[in-house]
Amino acid sequence: MMEEVQDVTSALSVHGHNIKVTDVLKDGDTLTFVIVSQKVSGTGEYHVDRTYDDVEWLQQHLFSQEDVPGLHGVIFPPVPAKPQVNVTAKGMKQLGFLGLGEWQPYCKALETFLRQVASHDLLKKNKAVEIFLTSSDPPGRQRVKKNIFNWLSQAMDEMRKEGHKDVDEFFQAQRDQNLVMTGCTKNATERFLEVVLTEQKIAVACGHFSAALHLCVEAGEDPVKQAFSRICVKLSEVLESMKKNMMSVAENNVNTLGLGLDLESRYQEAEKEMLFRRTCKLVELETARRSAEKAKPVKKAAMEEVKKAAESEFDHISRVAKQEIAQFESERVQMLQQALVGWCEQQLLTAKESADQFDRYLQAFRGMA
Amino acid sequence: MASSSERSPPPFPDSEDQDVLDSEEVGGRESDEDDGEDLFMSTSEQPLTEMDTTLPSATQPSDVLMSSPLDIMSDPLIEPFSSPVENKSAGEVVSEPSDDFVDLTNNVTEPAADGVTTEANDSAAISSDDFFDILGSESEALREEVVVVDDNAEAAAAAGKSEVTGSVTDPPGTGKQEVKETSTAAVVDISGDSSASDTQQPSGIDKIVNPLVDLLSDAPPSADAKKPSRAAMDLFEDEGSDLFAEPRQTKSAKQPQKSLFGEPDEDLFGEPLGAAKKKSINKEHKDKSVTIKAAAVNNAGPLQEPADLFSEEAVTTAPTKSNTSTVQSKTNGVHSEEEADIFAEATVELSLDSPRSERKKKKEEEEADKPSASAPSLSVAASLAKTQPAALEELEEEDEEEQEDTFDIFVSVKDPEKIGDGMNAYMAYKVSTQTTLAMFRNKTFTVRRRFSDFLGLYEKLCEKHGPNGFIVPPPPEKNLLGMTKMKVGKEDSSSTDFVERRRGALERYLQRIVNHPSLLQDPDVREFLEREELPRAVSTQALSGAGFLKMINKATDAVSKMTIKMNESDVWFEEKLQEVESADQQFRKLHALVESLVVHRKELSVNTASFAKSTAMLGSAEDNTALSRALSQLAELEDKMEQLHQDQATNDTFSFAELIADYIRLLGSVRASFDHRMKAWQRWQDAQTMLQKKRETEAKLLWANKPDKLQLAKEEIAEWEAKVTQYERDFERVSTTVRKEVLRFEKEKARNFKLRIITYLESQLQSQQQLIKYWEAFLPEAKAIA
Repeated sequence: MMEEVQDVTSALSVHGHNIKVTDVLKDGDTLTFVIVSQKVSGTGEYHVDRTYDDVEWLQQHLFSQEDVPGLHGVIFPPVPAKPQVNVTAKGMKQLGFLGLGEWQPYCKALETFLRQVASHDLLKKNKAVEIFLTSSDPPGRQRVKKNIFNWLSQAMDEMRKEGHKDVDEFFQAQRDQNLVMTGCTKNATERFLEVVLTEQKIAVACGHFSAALHLCVEAGEDPVKQAFSRICVKLSEVLESMKKNMMSVAENNVNTLGLGLDLESRYQEAEKEMLFRRTCKLVELETARRSAEKAKPVKKAAMEEVKKAAESEFDHISRVAKQEIAQFESERVQMLQQALVGWCEQQLLTAKESADQFDRYLQAFRGMA
Repeated sequence: MASSSERSPPPFPDSEDQDVLDSEEVGGRESDEDDGEDLFMSTSEQPLTEMDTTLPSATQPSDVLMSSPLDIMSDPLIEPFSSPVENKSAGEVVSEPSDDFVDLTNNVTEPAADGVTTEANDSAAISSDDFFDILGSESEALREEVVVVDDNAEAAAAAGKSEVTGSVTDPPGTGKQEVKETSTAAVVDISGDSSASDTQQPSGIDKIVNPLVDLLSDAPPSADAKKPSRAAMDLFEDEGSDLFAEPRQTKSAKQPQKSLFGEPDEDLFGEPLGAAKKKSINKEHKDKSVTIKAAAVNNAGPLQEPADLFSEEAVTTAPTKSNTSTVQSKTNGVHSEEEADIFAEATVELSLDSPRSERKKKKEEEEADKPSASAPSLSVAASLAKTQPAALEELEEEDEEEQEDTFDIFVSVKDPEKIGDGMNAYMAYKVSTQTTLAMFRNKTFTVRRRFSDFLGLYEKLCEKHGPNGFIVPPPPEKNLLGMTKMKVGKEDSSSTDFVERRRGALERYLQRIVNHPSLLQDPDVREFLEREELPRAVSTQALSGAGFLKMINKATDAVSKMTIKMNESDVWFEEKLQEVESADQQFRKLHALVESLVVHRKELSVNTASFAKSTAMLGSAEDNTALSRALSQLAELEDKMEQLHQDQATNDTFSFAELIADYIRLLGSVRASFDHRMKAWQRWQDAQTMLQKKRETEAKLLWANKPDKLQLAKEEIAEWEAKVTQYERDFERVSTTVRKEVLRFEKEKARNFKLRIITYLESQLQSQQQLIKYWEAFLPEAKAIA
């Protein structure tokens, strides 16, 4: 299967920019996503259902392309963490914003991932993407052997390489900047998530309050009692609308800035990984150079061979990485700007709506006998 | 009474009687009744047992008229009500009386061991003899009855209140001397006079109480029917009924009295009348002052006058005092049982307030900050005159209540300040009042009060107004944790929050009190608002004693609630009680919910702050200048939002959490008023049970043919009938008050909630508008990134 995938490198038969995750179905512990993509050739759509296993399958294929020079220089679009249906506190922390609501934020994030993959110059050529988006058979249901992915996780153990001095000033600066940004973004995302969670709690509390006020309503002819009951009902309505207002504030936060920060945070991580892979290659290259110098004449040729290969690979990676970083920087700012503007606009709308509502209720209360 | 005594002749076995007395003495609030009964017993026994004792009543200057004995008795009677005065003036005559007296009266049948006893009994005997002479051909039975009646009247006069006793003391010795010399006519005159003055007093007090007036009007016809002696009746037809008719019509005691007395009376009682007049003037003064809502404390002017009067009277020796009172009561006795009934009624009406007055006086004694001996009794009278009309006003005029709800008085509690260090530290607050009410001397005034003063005020108000069914707004509870934090001096957000909450609660508490038409009239309230320095004793008491007492009271309340199974006849109350219970539960639930909302809001504020911080960091780390700028703008925005959220939390706290907490406390007070009503009911029921028992005893005695005890039983039945009537009335009065108070409470509740919600929405709207401004300012920044 792997072979045929790699053999075929053709253009994607669907548009990458408008892939949609339209629905999510919960079946026991697994989530199934409905992915819709438009055909390049005329009208018509592909509707496929994919589980997280399929997503992992896709990611592994992307990682394990061997014919793409400088693959390690690619900032792979970050895959959202595995969704857990019965979200525990720990799982929640891992998922962050994506664990909120009824998986809509998760779908959004998955959608973004697929779009990024399908729009990526190097990645979209992979047959696996085509299969993932169009094949009616789910591709990832059987366990696949891990290759580059495994290598990656092994590499993770060699964290000491992270501090390795770079030969290139640009990359050294990028690495330093990335390190700071990763921390800051992650922190901001977590704080913002806390804000949202508290807003949700407030909404729930308002809802409870509103419901409890309904219990204060007393039946009876007594005008005083009726007046109080009316007040209770009205106040209950006020709190209900406050609840809705708070809910939409929270929702706005999640859908705009929340997802934006989350994506930014994951992308920073992806960039970090890419930079790390490159650093690993650099270390590998330097080792090859040293061994080529020290090598005995018998092995000298072979060592030189290895050194050459490493050098060319490293060059490729650096070239691709530079492109990727430039691309990422511009996209990142754009994405964040969109998130901020969208956030601001939505919150403004919500604030205006609720101000209107308060005004109406205020008039109603003032008009009460 | 007459009818009942006719129906049930045999007197009481002594032992049982004593039991009754004992049991009653335990219940402090009925002490006035006890005294009446004591007297009752002793005198009725006297003629039978102590006829031949011939001890001269040495103390009396003009004592032939047997009044001194009764006088001795009446003094102790007066004792409980205005002890400081009596102890000093009357105490000379009756040196060791009050304590022994109960015993004395209980043991009258035994040989009198005590000098006072003998004297009393002896002179009582003489009195009856004399009386007999004066009246001429009156039957033995009548005489007995007369004595009984007379005692009743006396009991009425004495048991009533210090006011009554005060006026009773008016006529000087000279008048009495002349009485002695004069013929039956004079006696009649005296009777007329006394009845006049007696009626004047009740009518003065109960001017507004219709029942008494009705009774007065009923009295003459029934007197016709039941009078055993024609001659006596005539006497009363002439004087008495007129007398009663007139006060009824005019309702002003002063005028009829004057006209009644006519020429001979004027001669005889010129001085007493003058005194009485003065008295009534004073009373009117007081009444007036009530209506103009002047505080007792403020009332220095009007009150000074009575004070003088009282002290004068105190100087005119006790004999005089009590002599006249006996004369009056004696002659009242001539009036027949009907009048006795009337006086019994008067007793009923009067004694409604006596427990309160008694307690108040006790308190004042505790305070001990009033040097003048006459002051306590005075203020008792004053407060009585004031509180009762106030209560009656409440009951009578609903419209007025509406008016008074719009009182132009605003109380604010400001500047909480920690005074002292360590565990002795306390919080003091500035209590500022702004008012245009005439009863305050100034338009604005400020005093400094500590927390325990607020509690002390509540205790006082509760004691005075609680039993009458008023809903006294409660202050915030003591909070040990909060206060300890305060004392330790931890200036964190929770302690400032605590102080602010309490300050607000105290302010609302005071405002609720001054908004209450009846509570505003309370001298303690005005003292609290106006007086520069409150006596420290009060607050210490509020701290330790009262708090402890309250705890005990609560415990006993809980017990009595379990034991008293009230057979509720009034559906309204049953429903209301249930409503109150469920409202309490709902409010508690609401309070918990609001508190959690507030907690979340505070959390949001904190989280927003930390998000702002992290955004600022992100902004400073960002390479892209436009994005970096936008992010730092965002950090500023979030900082402002944090403030908004914080305000929101405060708003939630003070609009809802505190309001609901207030109402949970208020519902407690409402329930307390229900409890007081239930207690009144229980008292009534107990009295009924007791009456039933007495009647059974009477029947048994009748069966056993024991006429000597039969009489006693009859008297007791009359006593208990009076009590039953009184308690029933009492209960109905409390019920009416509770009903009114609950309605007022509900109205206030609706109004309060509405106002608070409006304020809340206004601030919500404001904060949303602020939010809109913030977002609108940020939007261009976000758009400028690219």
